[in-house]
Amino acid sequence: MTTATIEAASNRLAHQRDSGPAPTRIVVAYGFWIFILSDIVMFSALFAAYAVLAGNTAGGPTGADLFNVRNVFLMTMCLLVSSYTCGLGALSAEQRKPERFLIFAAPTFVLGAAFLFLEISEFVGMIDKGAGPSRSAFLSAFFTLVGMHGAHVSAGLIWLIYMVAQVVAKGLRAAVLRRLLCFSLFWHALDIVWIGVMTLVYLMEVQ
Amino acid sequence: MLGKLSWSAIPFSEPLPLISTAVVGIVILVALGIITLKGWWPYLWREWLTSVDHKRIGVMYVTLGLVMLLRGFADALMMRSQQALAIGTAQGYLPPEHYNQIFSAHGTIMIFFVAMPLVIGLMNFAVPLQLGVRDVAFPVLNSVSFWLTAAGALLVNVSLVIGNFARTGWMGYPPLSGIQFSPDVGVDYYLWSLQISGIGTLLTGVNFVTTILKLRAPGMTYFHMPVFCWTALASNLLIVAAFPILTATFLMLLLDRYLGMHFFTNEAGGNQMMYVNLFWAWGHPEVYILILPAFGIFSEVAATYSGKALFSYRSMVLATLAICILSFMVWLHHFFTMGAGANVNAFFGIMSAIIAVPTGVKVFNWLFTMFRGRIVFRTPMLFLIGFIVTFVIGGLTGVLLAVPPVDFVLHNSAFLVAHFHNVIIGGVLFGVLAGYNHWFPKAFGFTLDERLGKASFWCWLVGFYLAFMPLYVLGLMGMTRRLQHIADPSWRPLLLVAGAGAIVIFCGILCQIAQLYVSIRTREQRRDVTGDPWNGRTLEWATPSPPPAYNFAVLPRVETIDAFWEMKRKGRRPVEATYETIHLPRNSPTGFITAFFAVVTGFALIWHIWWIVILGLLAAAATILAFGWSDEREREISATEIARMERTRVALGGAG
Repeated sequence: MTTATIEAASNRLAHQRDSGPAPTRIVVAYGFWIFILSDIVMFSALFAAYAVLAGNTAGGPTGADLFNVRNVFLMTMCLLVSSYTCGLGALSAEQRKPERFLIFAAPTFVLGAAFLFLEISEFVGMIDKGAGPSRSAFLSAFFTLVGMHGAHVSAGLIWLIYMVAQVVAKGLRAAVLRRLLCFSLFWHALDIVWIGVMTLVYLMEVQ
Repeated sequence: MLGKLSWSAIPFSEPLPLISTAVVGIVILVALGIITLKGWWPYLWREWLTSVDHKRIGVMYVTLGLVMLLRGFADALMMRSQQALAIGTAQGYLPPEHYNQIFSAHGTIMIFFVAMPLVIGLMNFAVPLQLGVRDVAFPVLNSVSFWLTAAGALLVNVSLVIGNFARTGWMGYPPLSGIQFSPDVGVDYYLWSLQISGIGTLLTGVNFVTTILKLRAPGMTYFHMPVFCWTALASNLLIVAAFPILTATFLMLLLDRYLGMHFFTNEAGGNQMMYVNLFWAWGHPEVYILILPAFGIFSEVAATYSGKALFSYRSMVLATLAICILSFMVWLHHFFTMGAGANVNAFFGIMSAIIAVPTGVKVFNWLFTMFRGRIVFRTPMLFLIGFIVTFVIGGLTGVLLAVPPVDFVLHNSAFLVAHFHNVIIGGVLFGVLAGYNHWFPKAFGFTLDERLGKASFWCWLVGFYLAFMPLYVLGLMGMTRRLQHIADPSWRPLLLVAGAGAIVIFCGILCQIAQLYVSIRTREQRRDVTGDPWNGRTLEWATPSPPPAYNFAVLPRVETIDAFWEMKRKGRRPVEATYETIHLPRNSPTGFITAFFAVVTGFALIWHIWWIVILGLLAAAATILAFGWSDEREREISATEIARMERTRVALGGAG
């Protein structure tokens, strides 16, 4: 970097520092980031609990007995692709193209719902086999960690419907755009958590 | 239909809680009656209950904290008197069943519903003013936070008369707090009230981190921020990083209790020590969530009442951030006796000793700030001096307890009780009381009575030493904590001294009530017309007392630390003549309504009334969705309106 660019950068910094309170869009997105971080801390406590209890099967079924890697692969694909379409939707919204946003919202929702359906059928199958959350400490931790992620996905789906309603009713005005920004942050954060779940819960058990 | 709830939930056989609740109930009914008769409801609803003004919310937090202090202190008086009476053959007046609830409620209330609201209240009031801005980042969320905290406090108090409270101690360790050994609703009251208020606290953390990092007056760089803002930032970062752990831990315990899971049970592979680890992974940062803002208040007090800039501002900031990080690496010192092994204990023992270093730096900074200053011995300054002496003793006994072999002897003894009261009363509470005296004129426009303030300080200080120094000795003599009955009569003299200490502290609280009463009665003589009664250094003193809803007619431009001091030195007025339209957040009932449904849902969860749970959750969700739909969240104050208000203020002899 040349001296001139450094100078320009530090001038820019000095200007930002001088300009006082940040604009609403920055404040909202930043605040929501902090909230997501706190959510991830909560997940990390559940991850820690799972790591401690994963071996405590109390004579019941282990992860290797219960998990189906093909199912997990399908779920992961659903969630990741829904994140991709969510990202395309966010870009369309940024370009003030509400119709394209709505077109991308549909697969985002359907894939999220498919993920949830697969997860619920996995849970139901396990409970049918007598491997419910009260069977052993391992299963308590499993259902709580994975279920907590599923609860977040469900909340995200409700939020998505709500955002679609807002876009239809109000158009892409500034407040709606800010909320959409928070929604996509949330939806992507669920991916990050899921990658952790997939690795630590499923892959490590069935390796 | 009503789940586990029936008439047997009301303890008709125990007169003590019934009578006290009846008295409190009558006081509340009389207060509500007066409000209704005088027609104050519209005013209350408009100006307070739905207010999203950070100053109003701060005042409400402090009020909640002070009211709950009375409740928590009543528990303390009962414990001290029971231990002074129930020695040898005497059994005292509190049966074990009741006594166990009292010590659990005392700890829970004092930490979550006294210390937290007081600290968060002062941050709410002072931080945006010190940053030179008009409100926090998310004003409505701030109101939600407050009302959720109040909802938790209400549920704890409901347990006094409907059902019972936990008998597990304030940490709620399993397996005692599990469904097998605590099948009744006590632990559920504990868990749900803390879950509800915990969400409020977490949202406060998110709100203040964003506010401090993203909303500051023009020119206010990080190293121009007042130290209280730095400590508030550190404290809120800790809230964001620590409170979710508590939420997750309590969630697991709730799942054990409600759905028969096995996180912390004795059978099916549960692990009780995991609860203890997780609890203190939150619990130790929590200690610093409380004490760091108190350190910030003391830094403001030291500089203001010594007429000097704070000694070594940068080392103070550095020490604060060092504590912020180190606070996550010491949690195991709360249970060295778990048996994690010599190496693990040694690591955490050393870390606990290390965290005393930045705290020591701070103590020297305060001392050097006072050194050669023009010290004005007002009440906050007395609290500062009392704090330095007391806190150093508490810190030293803390370092002692951090030595694992010593801890094996003193674990769960009265020595430990003395230690943490030493740092919480001598640190957090003294800090909050200093801040209360310091910022009161800013909040209400008149100063507090000095004579009664000083009297309350001396009662608190002397009372503290009388009440807790004997406990150090008793701990060394082998007395464990939470004893409902004392078998060894040789402990009697010290227990009597401790009881007398509690009464002296009670006198301190009475002095404070009198101070408030006298100050309100004589407010016309003690008006603060300058907005700067203490010759302050930071921006909150650049506004009138009380500040207008918009705080600053024109956002101040900051060039140094101690911005207002600099303005005064250069003779520059903080208020300029060209005004612009100001956007202020509109009032919102969202917080109040959400908290109302949180109370209903929490109560129904405690008593297993599932249909109300579903209705309450749906209603709370609907409230949030309705808020999420609204767009008209701000109101405008035009430039001419501001000019008019500012002129009126100047005409009245204000700071302009």
